[in-house]
Amino acid sequence: MVKVEAIIRPQKLDDVKAALDEIGIAGITVTEVHGSGKQKGYTQTYRGAEYTINLLQKVKIEVVVPENLVEQVVEVVQETARTGEIGDGKIFVIPVADAIRIRTGERGDSAVK
Amino acid sequence: MKALARWLLTRRLMLAGGLFAMLALTALRTWAQENPSVEQTLADHKMLLDTIWVMVAAFLVFWMQAGFAYLEGGLTRAKNTNNIMMKNLMDFSIGSVAFWAVGFALMFGDGNSFIGWSGWFLSGADNSPATGDAYQGVYSALNWTGVPLFAKFMFQLVFAATAATIVSGAMAERTKFSTYLVYSFVVTAFIYPIVGHWVWGGGWLAKLGMWDFAGSTVVHSTGGWLALIGTIMLGPRIGKYSREGKPQAIPGHSLPMAALGVLILWLGWFGFNPGSTMAADASIAQIATTTNLAAAMGAIGALIASWLSLKKPDVSMTLNGVLAGLVAITAPCAFVSPLSAAIIGLAAGVVVVFSVILLDRAKVDDPVGAVSVHGVCGALGTIALGLFAQEGYAPANTTGNGLLFGGGFQLLLAQTIGVVAVLAWCVVTGLILFGLLKVTVGIRVSPEEEVEGLDVGEHGISAYPDFVLATPGQFSLGGAGLTGSATGSRLTAPGVKSPSPETHT
Repeated sequence: MVKVEAIIRPQKLDDVKAALDEIGIAGITVTEVHGSGKQKGYTQTYRGAEYTINLLQKVKIEVVVPENLVEQVVEVVQETARTGEIGDGKIFVIPVADAIRIRTGERGDSAVK
Repeated sequence: MKALARWLLTRRLMLAGGLFAMLALTALRTWAQENPSVEQTLADHKMLLDTIWVMVAAFLVFWMQAGFAYLEGGLTRAKNTNNIMMKNLMDFSIGSVAFWAVGFALMFGDGNSFIGWSGWFLSGADNSPATGDAYQGVYSALNWTGVPLFAKFMFQLVFAATAATIVSGAMAERTKFSTYLVYSFVVTAFIYPIVGHWVWGGGWLAKLGMWDFAGSTVVHSTGGWLALIGTIMLGPRIGKYSREGKPQAIPGHSLPMAALGVLILWLGWFGFNPGSTMAADASIAQIATTTNLAAAMGAIGALIASWLSLKKPDVSMTLNGVLAGLVAITAPCAFVSPLSAAIIGLAAGVVVVFSVILLDRAKVDDPVGAVSVHGVCGALGTIALGLFAQEGYAPANTTGNGLLFGGGFQLLLAQTIGVVAVLAWCVVTGLILFGLLKVTVGIRVSPEEEVEGLDVGEHGISAYPDFVLATPGQFSLGGAGLTGSATGSRLTAPGVKSPSPETHT
């Protein structure tokens, strides 16, 4: 099993989730995160004092799938999360040692299907 | 048939009409016997209408506490919200008791021209609603309004509480709660009532010819100048200034909350200013008009000033602009034309933006702009009255004409003396009060508590506790881990669904 972890633009979440649903991936975990990368921060003004926001709001999605689905998932996420501008995010592919479905005790690939 | 029916109907109507007329006559006769004077009845009705208006206005001004709570809560960080709510709740509660016991007597009780000195605990002799020469009692400073004593008290109480609550925002996010409670008592019991006596209690500023219709100086400047002293004595919040001394933004946690607070205050001001007639008088519409125009122009002034000087139409500055216009028009609202009110409001809206920025650079850390809104714009409005007062709008035998309408310097001079005197009084009493508190109980929380937030440090509870680990209770969702009893049911309630033998014996 492999975990596909993607940091994407918050406004792309709906598209990515729908595209994953279409290829039969239902199990997904979503977290609001803050981070920085090549995309610089931006400046806001509050009562006359400027302040820079260096950590930008992003969304992290995590999907654990059997190895044969990895390329498809990565492709779908990259296609749907992409705008072409700096700040589109990144995808990380991480091996997973095991998975257990809490309700039934199933292990391995059958736990993430 | 038809004619007969019509005749019967007419007869019936005539009978009913006659009966009604007879009853009405009898009622009128009884009424006349019980009320020999029609004038008396009319006077009674006027007194009742006046009382209703004064009370409605008092309730509106009370609601300004909610406005201040939300404004201050919104412009400060989430970790201090409970503390702000508690300060706004408790300064009204403590103020209610302090003003009833001591404040009202010092402000309106008969005394000398510096201080009132009779009628403690609202128990002085009083034959209100009698007015003028017919009045007999110890609160003769209020004998011009024909409402019962309790109406006078309630209306004046909500004003005293407003003066006190102004300070809480300026000193937000770092003041010790217990110290703030002591401050609340001293302000509503002594500092505010004495200023009030000078202007509204027949004191020396009133005799000098200074006018402050609803309290630009008496209420707002008093609160604003005390806030200035308190803020300076406290020092800025941790993180407000960089190592080079440059002001840093500490954004408030909810601008929508602040906006709601300002709109509540705007509504409350329709009690604050028009209610200060203390009578259901036709002039309340005129006063509402000047009040509203000044608020609107204050918003526009701050909008333009912040747009030009800060590049964006700043939200919180525009909110301050509304209040700046309202505070400035509070003294002149009953004495100036709508056009003058608009000019005064616009000036206040512009001034408040630059005042906030300047104070920020001068290391006076006032998170909500209370000093600029209430202190500076209160003074601005009071002095503006000396310029813009106009006969025809001002009632006879009040301000007369200001400088711009040919009234000369006399009114302007009296207004300026009033502003300076109240400033001096607040600086001196503020230094003594906060100085004494600083060397005895302390006025600031520890740096650790300030960083963690006053909600947890002072009150032991976060305003927004969205991640709470509760101790597992009697009921829990399925599984054996938490309750030690697995019944296979989704909702397991040990001792209810499967009682143990012990519970029966």
